[in-house]
Amino acid sequence: MKPTRDWLGLRRELPEGRRNVLVVFSFALPLMLWCLVSYVPWIWHPMVRIADPGEVSYFQKEMLIEKKVFAAENRTMREAGLRQAQGSPANPIFLPAPHKVAQALITAFQTPPRLPNEPWLHESLLHSISIIFWGFALSSIIGLPLGILCGTFRAASRLTEPFIEFFRYLPAPAFGALCVAMMGIHDAPKIAIIFIGTFFQQVLVIANTVRKNDPALLEAAQTLGASRRQLIFRVIIPGSITDIYNDMRILLGWAWTYLIVAELIGATSGITYFINQQGRYRNYENVYAAIMMIGVIGLATDLALAWLGNNLFPWKRQGQKSLWETALDYIRPDYVK
Amino acid sequence: MSASVLELPDYRELAPEVAARFDKISERPVILEVRNLNKVFESAEGPRQALKELSFEVRRREFVTVIGPSGCGKSTLIRMLAGLDEQSSGQILLDGREVSGPGPDRGMVFQGYTLFPWLTVKKNVMFGLEIGGHSEAVAESEALQWIEMVGLGSFANAYPNQLSGGMKQRVAIARALANKPRILIMDEPFGALDAQTRCQMQSHLIQIWRQVDVTILFITHDLEEACYLSDRIMVLGSNPGHLMEFIRNPVPRPRSDEQCLSPVFLSVKKKAGGVDPPGPILEPGATAEDSHDPGGG
Ligand SMILES: Nc1ncnc2c1ncn2[C@@H]1O[C@H](COP(=O)(O)OP(=O)(O)OP(=O)(O)O)[C@@H](O)[C@H]1O
Ligand SMILES: [Mg+2]
Repeated sequence: MKPTRDWLGLRRELPEGRRNVLVVFSFALPLMLWCLVSYVPWIWHPMVRIADPGEVSYFQKEMLIEKKVFAAENRTMREAGLRQAQGSPANPIFLPAPHKVAQALITAFQTPPRLPNEPWLHESLLHSISIIFWGFALSSIIGLPLGILCGTFRAASRLTEPFIEFFRYLPAPAFGALCVAMMGIHDAPKIAIIFIGTFFQQVLVIANTVRKNDPALLEAAQTLGASRRQLIFRVIIPGSITDIYNDMRILLGWAWTYLIVAELIGATSGITYFINQQGRYRNYENVYAAIMMIGVIGLATDLALAWLGNNLFPWKRQGQKSLWETALDYIRPDYVK
Repeated sequence: MSASVLELPDYRELAPEVAARFDKISERPVILEVRNLNKVFESAEGPRQALKELSFEVRRREFVTVIGPSGCGKSTLIRMLAGLDEQSSGQILLDGREVSGPGPDRGMVFQGYTLFPWLTVKKNVMFGLEIGGHSEAVAESEALQWIEMVGLGSFANAYPNQLSGGMKQRVAIARALANKPRILIMDEPFGALDAQTRCQMQSHLIQIWRQVDVTILFITHDLEEACYLSDRIMVLGSNPGHLMEFIRNPVPRPRSDEQCLSPVFLSVKKKAGGVDPPGPILEPGATAEDSHDPGGG
């Protein structure tokens, strides 16, 4: 369909220029909002950063004080004829300015941990990634074949799906205590939580995808003489493989959402440990930096998988695409998931 | 059946050489035989008879078209012939043996596009051959010949989504023929194509049929298509689907586009159209041609 210049065209694509503007804005708008709140002194800024404590006994330089308290103390000083404190409007410590977080994104990787046995940020991240990887891999090794089986054979579906349907409503973190009791406090129970969070959804989603496979193709193959086994391996699996691949990408995203809970179980570890420690030290820039790293890793993984998928399944491809073009398609939601 | 149809002169009287042609066809062996075929669908509102007591036979290298109004059971019939559905009663014999389940001896081409989207044109055509146990090299060289035959040699490595509707159906024909079926059964294969492409595909199909030893059962609801392609036209009526008439098509071969306007062609078309009931009721004096033309001309 031809692009339309109408901003509100129903399900119509916009011209290249307008599309790109919107892509930029989708990231720029939240960032601008954050900048406004951080850098324009009369927007929000509920605190005062003390520049000169005056003669208020407990004020100190660089201290953050609530506006109300600051005004009250200064009133007291004025009435008593003492020197008043000076300060500038500031945001609470839990909302650092964008440039602080940007700095932290670099320095957090360069700063050695405070305690000798604490991990570096990159070590924490790697540990988290390995938990996700093993949880997701174990889930897929069982879930993928089981899902395909359920999608193919009604018998398998009737035997397993009702129970899985029930089990998937049980929140994975609820099994934390049990997992620790069974598997100790280190990585095993964390991987188990990711597994529980992913596996049951995975079987159902993949079974459904396989069931959506066009039955006319199956019939066409039958009339060409395909046996049951050939139907499975030459029609059912290749026919749903692209959709399964996309399901797996979405499921991997879900696996990440279980990460923090999983890492809190037993001995806190990975990026969660890093975030908790930095919070304790009140290094909120680092907390933001760590949270953003999770987003960046998630997005980058999915992007790489999208690009890989485009190369693995040439029949779905509209043409050879570079990683950069994949990224553009990916950001502009006109690609078909 | 309207009076105007009955008044038409019998083509047999018109052309003795036509009768000779059909006598020759009737000496050939029977490939497909259908005996007292019934199909009843069990639905929520109770049983529904889709086909009733259908019997016919198709002889070797014959081109038979099946025509009838929508819902008269054409697809139901071919699904049973293909072995994809089971008949309620009756027999389907291929070369004298009862068919059970789908098999490569009956090549199918459906109205919807059923190429495997993940396989190239070549691999699609190779599918049946590889399944049938041919080595990859043999399958490939045979597939390429069939692709050449349907005129898509330069598209052997294209994927189906890069082809037009007509090209997809040509690949589907090549894929079905590659298995060397006893009979090629086609369910409105050109129904989704535009008029021009459809014309091209029809003459293309005739060409293929002349080159290859294959019997064709072709379903359509386009009268002109039926007349242009067939040796015989099987006219089905609906509610429930039943055989109304088997018309021998006297139009000589090879057929050209101009022949579609010849009196013989028109009389066949009228005959087939006239026994096709769900048109408007014919006024006395009006011809079947004027008032009922499901093919759209
Ligand atoms: N699976 C089914 N269950 C119940 N009734 C069915 C089923 N399939 C077909 N029918 C009925 O059988 C009759 C014949 O259907 P069929 O699809 O064979 O018609 P058709 O001649 O191919 O029509 P068209 O020209 O529209 O393709 C229809 O009335 C339809 O409602
Ligand atoms: Mg039909």
